[in-house]
Amino acid sequence: MAIKRISGPLVVAEGLSSGIGEVVRLGKKRIIGEVIRIRGKEFFIEAYEDTSSLGVGEEVEETHFPLSVVLGPGMLGKIYDGLQRALDSMLSKEGIFIHGKEDYFPLDTNKKWDFYPLVKKGDKVREGQIIGKVREGNIDHFILVPLGFHGEVNSIKEGSFTVKDPICTIENKEVFLYQRWPIRKPRPYLSKLDIKSPLVTGQRVIDFLFPIGEGGKAAIPGPFGSGKTVLQHQLAKWASSDIVVYVGCGERGNEMADLLESFSNLVDSNGNPLLQRTVLIANTSNMPVAAREASIYVGITIAEYFRDLGYKVSVMADSTSRWAEALREISGRLEEMPGEEGYPSYLGSRLAEFYERAGKVKTLSGKEGSVTVIGAVSPPGGDLSDPVSQNTLRLVRCFWGLDAKLAYSRHYPAINWGISYSLYIDDLEEWFKKSVGNDYKFLREWILNTLNKSDEIQQIANLVGFNALPDQEKETLKIARLIKEGFLIQSAFDENDAYSSLKKQYIIVKAIKLLYDKEMDKILKGQKFDEIKDNDFVQTILKMKIMKDDEIEKEFEKLSYDLQRI
Amino acid sequence: MIYKEYSNITQVDSSLIFVEGLEAPKYNEVVKIFSNLGSLEGQIIDASSNISVIQVFGNMLGLDPKSVRILPKGKPYSIKLNEELIGRIFNGRFYPIDNGPSIIKGEEYDVNGYPINPYARETPNSFVETGISVIDGLITLAKGQKLPLFSGSGLPHNKIAVQISSQAKVSDNTLIVFGAMGVNSDEARFLINEFRERGLLRKTVSFINLASDPSIERILLPRIALTTAEYLAYEKGYDVIVILTDITNYCETLREISSAKKEIPGRRGYPGYMYTDLASIFERSGVLKGKKGSITQIPILTMPQDDITHPIPDLTGYVTEGQITLSRRLHKLGIYPPIDILSSISRMMNNAIGKGKTREDHSSLSSQLFASYSEYIEVSRLMELVGEGALSEDDLSLIRFGRKFEKEFINQGFNERRGIENTLNKGWEVLSEIKPERLTRLKQEFINKYGKWNKE
Ligand SMILES: Nc1ncnc2c1ncn2[C@@H]1O[C@H](COP(=O)(O)OP(=O)(O)O)[C@@H](O)[C@H]1O
Ligand SMILES: [Mg+2]
Repeated sequence: MAIKRISGPLVVAEGLSSGIGEVVRLGKKRIIGEVIRIRGKEFFIEAYEDTSSLGVGEEVEETHFPLSVVLGPGMLGKIYDGLQRALDSMLSKEGIFIHGKEDYFPLDTNKKWDFYPLVKKGDKVREGQIIGKVREGNIDHFILVPLGFHGEVNSIKEGSFTVKDPICTIENKEVFLYQRWPIRKPRPYLSKLDIKSPLVTGQRVIDFLFPIGEGGKAAIPGPFGSGKTVLQHQLAKWASSDIVVYVGCGERGNEMADLLESFSNLVDSNGNPLLQRTVLIANTSNMPVAAREASIYVGITIAEYFRDLGYKVSVMADSTSRWAEALREISGRLEEMPGEEGYPSYLGSRLAEFYERAGKVKTLSGKEGSVTVIGAVSPPGGDLSDPVSQNTLRLVRCFWGLDAKLAYSRHYPAINWGISYSLYIDDLEEWFKKSVGNDYKFLREWILNTLNKSDEIQQIANLVGFNALPDQEKETLKIARLIKEGFLIQSAFDENDAYSSLKKQYIIVKAIKLLYDKEMDKILKGQKFDEIKDNDFVQTILKMKIMKDDEIEKEFEKLSYDLQRI
Repeated sequence: MIYKEYSNITQVDSSLIFVEGLEAPKYNEVVKIFSNLGSLEGQIIDASSNISVIQVFGNMLGLDPKSVRILPKGKPYSIKLNEELIGRIFNGRFYPIDNGPSIIKGEEYDVNGYPINPYARETPNSFVETGISVIDGLITLAKGQKLPLFSGSGLPHNKIAVQISSQAKVSDNTLIVFGAMGVNSDEARFLINEFRERGLLRKTVSFINLASDPSIERILLPRIALTTAEYLAYEKGYDVIVILTDITNYCETLREISSAKKEIPGRRGYPGYMYTDLASIFERSGVLKGKKGSITQIPILTMPQDDITHPIPDLTGYVTEGQITLSRRLHKLGIYPPIDILSSISRMMNNAIGKGKTREDHSSLSSQLFASYSEYIEVSRLMELVGEGALSEDDLSLIRFGRKFEKEFINQGFNERRGIENTLNKGWEVLSEIKPERLTRLKQEFINKYGKWNKE
């Protein structure tokens, strides 16, 4: 059972009895690895930690367990690395640099939780059924029958326990507040449910133009600096989820620090810090590449677990391209036959497996829960023909394409309305009709049409000049500009603008439409474009996005009243 | 400990040695290589009970395989550090090239470093005044940020680097770590002379690898420079500015090595792991909990064919926290520093500006300057097509604004230092060419308070 070869994250050993997917510990440093291929006597192992100084001849320790996460109370507000090791414990033990000296159990083992049983001795229980709950922050953290357990409850306790105290026995097997689950295996559910309601994000261009269903899947491709990360942070902060799992996969450390800091300071509508509903997974670009690959699965498994407790969960993965590069790196070391751009031929199926774990479901316990997946994609040079973008496009139903040109002119979020789409529109139409306004669909189409028309007119204007355009086209350009400045552009850094309620979104659009109708009418009746004096109206509309909800309603009434008199 | 020598060489490539039967080789272990060329160093990049592969640091031209003896050292590439290195100049393998003594005392550090725990980081949020208007006003640098210069051949990136180094006030305890990879000797001399004339040399640690030096040392150089920077920042409490130039040369070397190793090439022949490799350099910066010092990085790269989508600037941009892009057009117009603001950004800017840091109006002013300048660029394109006559008065005012912005706001002297107040006021001044109603990103209260329109 010794190491024969080490080449970066790939380690080859002989004399093991492990199966594929099982965890081994390598050498004196007990580096975590996973068996990924067996060929004759040779076991190929992907090492999840830095293999520097690991030597040929060192021992391999077998665990015969698949790579798993620990699921239970105490994950909320935590920041983990790609293998679910608590980075705060690591900082206090190892200092500012990561050495990976020991195992860090993901949950606080000293903290006591008040456990209330919800089943009795003698009850028959099934896998995934709720047996009790503890209160964690602002949620009920239900305790589920672990998978593989079923039968009669022999005993169940009530009181204060740590996660390592047994609270119940089922058919003579002990149950704890936590359970383990292998990261590569989707957690089971009863059935998938249709998506009928959106994840409300408070981001105008998303909610109004390209909405995502709760339990849906979306991709955010864009070149560097186009705003993928800021958008994901915005969604993590404001989206109508109960729980957010944020996976920083191969990206910057400072972004994780920024998230932690702002989530500790921001509170939700109940006054609870946002961090309380968040689990952060940080496997930054300078941390071991192979663990990047694991981090995505760690994140989605944790998300599925909260889904199974009956919550609306969203997963942000920034960036799935870095995850794919980790796949490519390992594949290259295994000397597998490379596919396009060196990515392994199974890139597409791996991506599909990941996005397939999104969805709205009826859980084993009969509750409803959902996992919405939003993945950033970082195409080389911003060119969407790369294999990761192309494969992702086939899988997601929402596509928010970020554009360097918009970003360069500081039009944020730089979502290009020409290439973006949402395939949830029809599923969500009813919901929007009821919750926003009967004319939602009409207004949405009007905006998109106006933007598209103005893009065409702009091309002509670029050749002949604005002054040479007919008045109607001038008006369209002006209104499109107002849509951009007053509606689409949304600053993540302005406290009044960062989140926009649906009501506010609707009113702004109504206001712009009202102005347009009025002015177009006048132009059609022969008034000159240059003679329309509407600066006050425009200024009011431009200010709407930073108004409070009650304020904006009054402004809108005033505006419609004033518009009628001109 | 007794080390054993080996001589079962099976193959020698331009920068690789294949050796059979090493006893318990370790991954990344350093080896000494004795040969007819004298003594070299290398690193085990594939450790195997069969044939191990050694990456050699140094030139192997003329090597006689039969003369090679390998002596493994049992540990990764490490250097000893103490504060006496401040003010010194070294080559890419940490040998002094300033006639001073070698650094042989002090604690030993693995040059590959260890990843910083993300939980140890504090968001870079203190403003660093560089005294350069276009940077301070629009692409603001924060302490602990990594903000590269994206340049092109023949553009004055070195001057800008010198100006930033000499004017940037991180604290009274600032040091510069300067790493040059594959630069020509004129460039190196210019930089060292400027540092000397400005009295910066005694606050600088330099690492210089010339174009004529072994290219393979370019792989080690930034790692040695950053290990030094980490030591000075996180153990000795200095605020360190790291300037690395030219990242393009570094990446070319990565590509060379990768093709020597017969790896599957990624985009345009650069290795697939180049992103990760660059991250292992640029992520070694920041402000950390409980540490007095900090590392701010200003890497410089020249974009091949001025193409920002080329893998080198592209991957750098994906790792760093913004970029300062130089423009050939502005350079031709004689504007210094010729910075194209539209393709530049500082991702840390929002944290580093505003009330208490710079000024309350900074954010909305800069947003307006960006927006108006971007309109100016469009209108000036249109003007080339249709002539000035076809433009509306609004458009003409944009043209006046844009020109003034380039000549008065961006343009400034190599030795001129502008305070932030001065910079922001200049911003308002150039904006006054445009009617306030057209400036939709400015808050009315700021227009009233800071605006420079003649109040009739
Ligand atoms: N909605 C927004 N509001 C304001 N600024 C934004 C917004 N989105 C992006 N930005 C700006 O763009 C920069 C780059 O965005 P980021 O999300 O980091 O890009 P990416 O992840 O695509 O590389 C940010 O630092 C910020 O300055
Ligand atoms: Mg990003």
